[in-house]
Amino acid sequence: MSLLAAASATTTFDVPANVVFAVLAVGMVTAAIRVVTTKNIVHAALWLVVVLGGNGIVYLLLQAEFVAMTQFLVYLGAIIVLFLFGIMLTRAPLGRSDDLDNNQRPLGVLVGVVLLAVVGFSLARQWGRDTLSFAAYQGGGAAGGNGRTQALANSIFGEYLIPFEVVSVLLLAALIGAIVLARRD
Amino acid sequence: MDPLLSGGIGLSEILIVLLKVVVAFAGLMVGVMAMVWFERKLVADMQNRIGPNRAGPFGILQTLADGIKLFFKEDLQPERSDPFVFKLAPYLALVPAFLVFTVIPIAGNFSDGQDGVVTLFGHETLMQVADPQMGILFVLAMSSVAVYGVMLAGWSSGSKYPLLGSVRASAQMVSYEAALGLSVATVLLFAGTLSTNGIVASQAGWRWNIWMTLLVPFVVFVIAATAELNRPPFDLVEAEQELVGGFHTEYSSIRFALFFLAEFMNTVTMSAVIVTLFLGGPSGPIPSGAPGWVQDFLLPLIYFFAKLLVFLFVFVWFRATLPRFRYDQLMDLGWKFLIPLALGWFLILTAIKVARDQGWNPVVAGAVAALAVVVGGLLLRSSIRAAEDKDFDAVDPADLDGAGA
Repeated sequence: MSLLAAASATTTFDVPANVVFAVLAVGMVTAAIRVVTTKNIVHAALWLVVVLGGNGIVYLLLQAEFVAMTQFLVYLGAIIVLFLFGIMLTRAPLGRSDDLDNNQRPLGVLVGVVLLAVVGFSLARQWGRDTLSFAAYQGGGAAGGNGRTQALANSIFGEYLIPFEVVSVLLLAALIGAIVLARRD
Repeated sequence: MDPLLSGGIGLSEILIVLLKVVVAFAGLMVGVMAMVWFERKLVADMQNRIGPNRAGPFGILQTLADGIKLFFKEDLQPERSDPFVFKLAPYLALVPAFLVFTVIPIAGNFSDGQDGVVTLFGHETLMQVADPQMGILFVLAMSSVAVYGVMLAGWSSGSKYPLLGSVRASAQMVSYEAALGLSVATVLLFAGTLSTNGIVASQAGWRWNIWMTLLVPFVVFVIAATAELNRPPFDLVEAEQELVGGFHTEYSSIRFALFFLAEFMNTVTMSAVIVTLFLGGPSGPIPSGAPGWVQDFLLPLIYFFAKLLVFLFVFVWFRATLPRFRYDQLMDLGWKFLIPLALGWFLILTAIKVARDQGWNPVVAGAVAALAVVVGGLLLRSSIRAAEDKDFDAVDPADLDGAGA
């Protein structure tokens, strides 16, 4: 990781990083397709691990080490583990199971297309306008070695404090909702 | 960041990194072999047995003999298993255990405000394979990724007992992760950095976190780490009396050996993490007149291994003396005791730290925070009690009969 940081200290997004990203992106898209096409529910969860892990490596390429590690810790270490736990607690058949599909395919396609349109639109709109200045966070290396993490913490608990708290309240609401749904009384 | 990589990267830098990787790998393997022998011998001593005594002096080559034997055994694979995942799982258990060790500083002079930089072949570097900015988060991430090996091994075996073992493992490891993370957060509060090298440097001059954080996070961390390692008294994952062998029941030959190796390697690396977080890693008193290699390598290595050995002994001691927890006791200890304790302690220490930074009286601030935490805890407890009582009133036995019929 420090190797990456040192290699791209002057440029913002260099050729090796682009090549790695391309390889990673192909792998992630393949894995994402396998998540929905595989005939074994545990395999689907494992393909999702590949997608989310690749996502974490993309963060590393962007030199957001803290975000990358949080991605590994939260998504791989907790969320997918809970998926697998839930699957294994109920039923986790080995081999093919043919009842993994249902009749909501058109709806799924619609949601996918809408999401692609929204993300694609925002990307196309901002194309060439925003320059991400990774170099701004590079100088922190000398001062105690946690410049970028500090910058992230400052923006979360300073500039973006209210959105951050709103998101946590949203998550809390989802949590309470889950408890209400799961309780039978 | 490692000063080795802050400049240009040439052949010599790459060779030094490779050398560090090879030395760390070999050192860890030998350490694990010694640990297996140490554990067997020590447990034997504590149980008034002799233990391994045939291969080599004091049976020290027993692990090697076992390893060679396991290599040549037939490799069985259950018919009703998931072939790919079954083969993958042992490596998923082993690799995270290796990776954690890469961020552990094992030597270097940390006395008198030095930051552990040593000179190796004319290059300045740190005595750890890598010093990423978020080093300790990396340790936590790897320890949570380690659960995959256990979980998938149990599932892919296609058999009941391993599946039960892996379901237990996942619930246990996810539960204790929270307590582990909260006690690490307390250390980070004092160190002010996520880098393992920075954490060790911040503890120089006997300002070890074990007493800087007033012992409680240390105790929580050791208990949670024992549970995270699936070691006794928290080894419900492979409870022999209930689950045959737990998640690795169906494994044999070299794949079983890999699980075995991963388990002991995790013990060694987790002890190293404890030493790094709470006991100042390789730091200790270093006479200033000593030659450079004594200051940079010999004494810190001795300190590090002495501290490491204490925890390895403690983990074996736990195993030899404590009976296994019941599953509900395990969950109660994790969720109802360790997590609130670690969180409350974290809040109190945060209050004291803020008071220091602001120039308030730290004792008063600490007392107020402690009071707030205790009152909050009691309120929460009474509200949970009230909810429980209400449930018992609401459920009429007649309804239960009706639901059953």
